[in-house]
Amino acid sequence: MSQFVRFTIDGTECMAARGQYIVDAARENGIYIPTLCNYPGVKPKGSCRICTVRVNGRLMTACTTPIADGMAIENEIHDIVELRKSIVELLFVEGNHFCPGCEKSGNCELQALAYRFKIMVPRFPFQFPLRKIDASHPKIIKEQNRCILCKRCIRAIRDEKGRSIFAYRRRSNRVEVVVDPKLGKQLTDELAQKAMDVCPVGSILVKEKGFITPIGSRKYDHEAIGSDIENVQITKI
Amino acid sequence: MKTAVRKITERYGKDKTRLMDILIDTQTELGCIPREATLQIAEDLVMSEVDVDQTISFYHFFSQKPTGRYKIYLNNSVVANIMGMKEVVRTFQKELGIKFNEVTPDGLAGLYETSCIGMNDQEPAAIINNRIFTRLTPFRVKEMVRDMKEGKDIDDMFVADYGDGQNRSDLIKSVVSNNIRKIGPVLERNYKPGQAIEKIINMDPGDIIEEIKKSNIRGRGGAGFPTGLKWEFCRNAPGEKKYILCNADEGEPGTFKDRVILTELARLLFEGMVIAGYAVGATEGILYIRYEYKYLQQYLESILQTARETNYLGKNIQGRKGFDFDIRIQSGAGAYVCGEESALIESAEGKRGEPRDRPPFPVEKGYLDMPTVVNNVETLCAVVKVILNGGDWYKSFGTVESTGTKVLSISGDCKFPGVYEVEWGFSVNDILDMVGAAKEDVQAVQVGGPSGALISPDEFNRILGYEDLATGGSLIILSNERDILTDVVLNFTEFFIEESCGSCSTCRIVPTLLRNKLMKILNARGVKQDIDDMLEWGKILRASRCGLGQTAANPILSSLKNFRHLYEDKIQKNKEFDSGFDLNAALKEASKATGRVTII
Repeated sequence: MSQFVRFTIDGTECMAARGQYIVDAARENGIYIPTLCNYPGVKPKGSCRICTVRVNGRLMTACTTPIADGMAIENEIHDIVELRKSIVELLFVEGNHFCPGCEKSGNCELQALAYRFKIMVPRFPFQFPLRKIDASHPKIIKEQNRCILCKRCIRAIRDEKGRSIFAYRRRSNRVEVVVDPKLGKQLTDELAQKAMDVCPVGSILVKEKGFITPIGSRKYDHEAIGSDIENVQITKI
Repeated sequence: MKTAVRKITERYGKDKTRLMDILIDTQTELGCIPREATLQIAEDLVMSEVDVDQTISFYHFFSQKPTGRYKIYLNNSVVANIMGMKEVVRTFQKELGIKFNEVTPDGLAGLYETSCIGMNDQEPAAIINNRIFTRLTPFRVKEMVRDMKEGKDIDDMFVADYGDGQNRSDLIKSVVSNNIRKIGPVLERNYKPGQAIEKIINMDPGDIIEEIKKSNIRGRGGAGFPTGLKWEFCRNAPGEKKYILCNADEGEPGTFKDRVILTELARLLFEGMVIAGYAVGATEGILYIRYEYKYLQQYLESILQTARETNYLGKNIQGRKGFDFDIRIQSGAGAYVCGEESALIESAEGKRGEPRDRPPFPVEKGYLDMPTVVNNVETLCAVVKVILNGGDWYKSFGTVESTGTKVLSISGDCKFPGVYEVEWGFSVNDILDMVGAAKEDVQAVQVGGPSGALISPDEFNRILGYEDLATGGSLIILSNERDILTDVVLNFTEFFIEESCGSCSTCRIVPTLLRNKLMKILNARGVKQDIDDMLEWGKILRASRCGLGQTAANPILSSLKNFRHLYEDKIQKNKEFDSGFDLNAALKEASKATGRVTII
């Protein structure tokens, strides 16, 4: 079996190393597939559904589906782009997101995606849920209004015994990500910072630190999310 | 409490993957799972508190607060409501003086709602302390509450005779009726347990799979994957251990045929699991059974025990060297989504019942990451008959694309609700005749539960089969007096909201938005745009991971397709826009607090 696979994305011939997920294979070819719950080095979960692509007529998440020989992947197709845009809007109306007052503004992936999709106002009615802020832990604040339930923190942050520090609680539209009462209090500075960095939005914030990088100099203030992937020059063999 | 919990965790070898059993036993012992117990379990299993809590809080039947000595769960499904559940609810609330999700101040009883409990042919029904009460009436409720106040044992509260068949057996003693109304190759009475096992031990596993493939039997849970192929994939998948999981988590509202099979034909089912185990090279089987059917568990355990004693389970089965297979029962704890095969596996491993991403499929990486076959109860039963009579014989039933028979669960507005085994290819018209429905009075039939289709009389000539109306076998008949939008569509949509695992953004958010739109229309505030929005928004759900999410808009989309006039009758014709915002309702609380009346 060859080490490489050949496939197409929106008709463009691509090639990538076997055994990786579609989203990474696309990246190798300079093609950006938007993601949100996906995070480098963390087992993918496919919970936000933003990376949905159509493969041989079926909708699949690019972050969880391994690339295979001969796949015909549809990515920048009108209905799929619309679907992704809808999902970003859904996440906005589900919680309470007030970008101007948020420490993560400019570094927030949800916000960046909204800019990329040119969202002016969501098509869905705001739900204005009543959510709480958990400030009971010495190192971090868990701001539930902004949580998009992507599970990044759940998957990425564990203690040395492999125990969860963050976890889902309940189900349905009542589901929330909560912090373990005991382990949350023992969180090291390092893990607290990692948790904040892993969070795509401003739901996990390190206490007593803020706005170190000023607004205007942040990651997505000048460049659209995904442009780093798209701007890489790919040498075609 | 600590020692009690410790005993339980030790019973399961402090094994994390048995967390479901640990929690069930803890709740049985303590009445609920208080925080102190959670902490003890977490310590014993080397988990964090939130690790344990995420499983507890996922399942409907786990409680973290005391729930009363009598824990009353009332079914809120469509058919329960049709059959008079609302009056039953009112009576319970009045007699006990509490509302849903409350416990009487003296700790006597707690009252809860629950999704369909698989008793649609004998509604209104309730589960009280794991015992089933059917055909409730307000009068009966008063008697029951009086019994509770007198402190009667739950088993002494039955006033009617026990149901038919094994429902009368000492280990079940239940008032549930089987209502078997038509038998066929699966439900027939001449079945002699053990014959198929005696036959296969002299067969090559590959030949068994060939025979199953020849029969063309497809999964009876609803998805319809070819069973022979599934077994073959699992047999060929590398893995040091393989598993057979039987999906007895029938949670699709309106479905109850597996309950009847479990009650009357448990040996047939277990024989099917043994055959599957032999064919794919598995040594362990798990019957994953929904919590609602807990009242059958003792009986099922006794059947397994007999099978072990007679060497139809265990080591070197029937003298076949090296053929080892045993079965354990895994109870769920109340979650419809666990009927999805990968969610079922997650749950059987002690976790939240969240579906997995596929690939990998369970046949490659399933239970404990080992190759696993997950088959429906009915599929495993039918397999036994295929082995005994051959694939060609089986193919003589049904249609070319849908071979064999289907056991149907039929309920709603008809004379004879119950379980019917028919050949695939039966039309909806034939079924209505068969069950004694007054055809001129039938407004609609819900085929395949909420995730299926709501069809109108001009489609009653459609046939049941994978080529037309594919179904796990539930049909709910709705007469002209039913309000389709309120009684059916709203109820089903709320069902999907409640039963979502909450993991996919789409399935977690969209059904709620659709429900709100529907409510707006029902409140006479709807405009045409709302209908268009529902059609558009419903499409987003197709991007969800599992069948539950993908079909969560079906009640609305299917009724919009076949009963659009019901929506159009309710929207405002002369208006293009209505925010739906009710200022008076929004100010109500403030008006009350300030004592001022707001006049707009």
